[in-house]
Amino acid sequence: MQETLDQIFVLLQHRLMGALPAPWQSLGGVVLGVVAIVCVFPALFALTTVFERKGLGRIQNRIGPNRVGPFGLLQPIADGIKSLTKEDIVPLSADAAVHFLAPVVLVVTVFMGFAVLPMGRNMVLVDMDAGLLFYFAMGASTELAVFMAGWSSRNKYSLMGAMRAVAQMISYEVVLLLSSVTVVMMTGSLSLTKIVEAQNQYTWGLPHWFIFSPWGLAGFVMYAIAATAETNRSPFDLPEGESELVAGYHTEYSGFKFALFFLGEYLAMFSISGLGTTLFLGGWSSPLASLAWVPSWIWFFAKLMMSIFVFIWMRGTLPRLRQDQLMNFAWKFILPMCLLNLMVAALWRFLGEGWLRWVVCSAILVAAYAGMGLNELRRKQIGPRRYRYAE
Amino acid sequence: MLGEGILKGMAETARNFVGSFFSAQRLTTVQYPEERIAPYEAARVFPFLVYDSKNTADPADWEAGLRCVACQICEKECPPKCIYIDKSKDKKPDAVGKQQFYPARFDIDISVCMSCQICVEVCPFEAIKMDTEFELSTVDRFGGLLLDRKQLAKSNEYYHRIHPTEAAEVDDRLSEGRAKTDAKITAGAISAAIRGAELPARVAPKPIPESAQEDIATRTAAERPKGAGN
Repeated sequence: MQETLDQIFVLLQHRLMGALPAPWQSLGGVVLGVVAIVCVFPALFALTTVFERKGLGRIQNRIGPNRVGPFGLLQPIADGIKSLTKEDIVPLSADAAVHFLAPVVLVVTVFMGFAVLPMGRNMVLVDMDAGLLFYFAMGASTELAVFMAGWSSRNKYSLMGAMRAVAQMISYEVVLLLSSVTVVMMTGSLSLTKIVEAQNQYTWGLPHWFIFSPWGLAGFVMYAIAATAETNRSPFDLPEGESELVAGYHTEYSGFKFALFFLGEYLAMFSISGLGTTLFLGGWSSPLASLAWVPSWIWFFAKLMMSIFVFIWMRGTLPRLRQDQLMNFAWKFILPMCLLNLMVAALWRFLGEGWLRWVVCSAILVAAYAGMGLNELRRKQIGPRRYRYAE
Repeated sequence: MLGEGILKGMAETARNFVGSFFSAQRLTTVQYPEERIAPYEAARVFPFLVYDSKNTADPADWEAGLRCVACQICEKECPPKCIYIDKSKDKKPDAVGKQQFYPARFDIDISVCMSCQICVEVCPFEAIKMDTEFELSTVDRFGGLLLDRKQLAKSNEYYHRIHPTEAAEVDDRLSEGRAKTDAKITAGAISAAIRGAELPARVAPKPIPESAQEDIATRTAAERPKGAGN
């Protein structure tokens, strides 16, 4: 029974495939998987928009949207109808073809990333040996779409937003990659299913997730920061800083194309949270050995939604960074920490089992963090603002 | 320690997030069309015309009770010029029974009005006051927002309801003024009677009694154009 529930989607897929003639079966299976992904994640996006608005409202002691349907749950339908019926404006001097292609490219590349994510036991669309590499290749392609949008709009705000986005995404792409490399070093595989399998072990009922190790925790924190920047979420939402750039690279988009950008942004958030879950939080494995009877896909989506909640929580808390702060943070703080983390991961690997590696690795990371932090803080004058001329 | 501020901020927002589900003190939203808070006494939106319902025969007759005498001061003082008054050709008894002009037309264009309350401050007759009614949306942006005197007329009781303190002060002022005018009228009648009685004796002029002298002085003052407190 547990087994059936755990594999219910896989069994369903096989049942439906069985109804097809033999030469079409493999194709039918892939199409089914694609359809499932294309249905589930946009539905999750619709739910997330309304929960995000409600959550932000609660964070600011407001109620949030509660007018459309019970508790405002039908709000995304109203939003969807609104964006579908809006006029689709293409600026006269815009490069119409690229302007049209940009949102399509964005959504397609983001959807491609989901292909390699294991969403449950045996639930992965393409079990690639180099799944992680494929994922990062697709993730890097979204930058192209963003720049296409900014460039083709022929609008200074769009272009500046796109330039910022590309600069930011390339800087944090490095961090994202380097923080994930530690996991590859530990498992010795780029296959995401193997990475999950490596974490799906238990000692005294506790899981072997990579986050429960010094290098894994540090890597996860850096991964989370880089992921926030990669998806242009607050506090790294400079590319669409509305106070400076109207809306950034999607200034000149309206109606359904704008909705596609919006969708793309949230899907990127889901997929990068899914990857973070897979790499550091044990993917679809349960947090306790005694809870292993709960279907694996429930754990995956629960962890995914927890990450989304943290994204929203950060958005409700932190103010937007300045461009130079953003760049300094990426290149002068996180990148050195990432490189150090690689060394720590290597040390962890070669110190062997025992308490020694815990102490040594933690000490190195904490010392580096505290040292660099103090160095940063000392150079900054933190305190009440001093006015040079106004006093 | 680096990152301490971020954690503090996250804790604060988490407190808000959880607290807003339990503490009514945090969640202060009033869900407007269903829930309402009573308007503040000092609230002001657009002006309305006060009519006295008690002094007329028919309390519902707003037209007879209007305090406005179409002096057009408000029309002239209105900074955005949103008041349009046509003075009547004839006179009608006002709320206290005196013959007065009345506004044949009194329109306020609330799409132009900026709620500055200057018309209220300049009105010598306490005839125009600020309303607290704010749900004035209409589908006709021209005619619907031009309120005529019937729409503007509201009773003194209504005024007492929305601005109790201010309305009580206004009533005191009005009754004081009316008492003064009444006194002057009677005094004038007395002095006229005295003069009438003394006319034949003009051949031998006699000094006018001191009290009567005062009466004449006040009477001439009372015959001046009507000022505040009428």
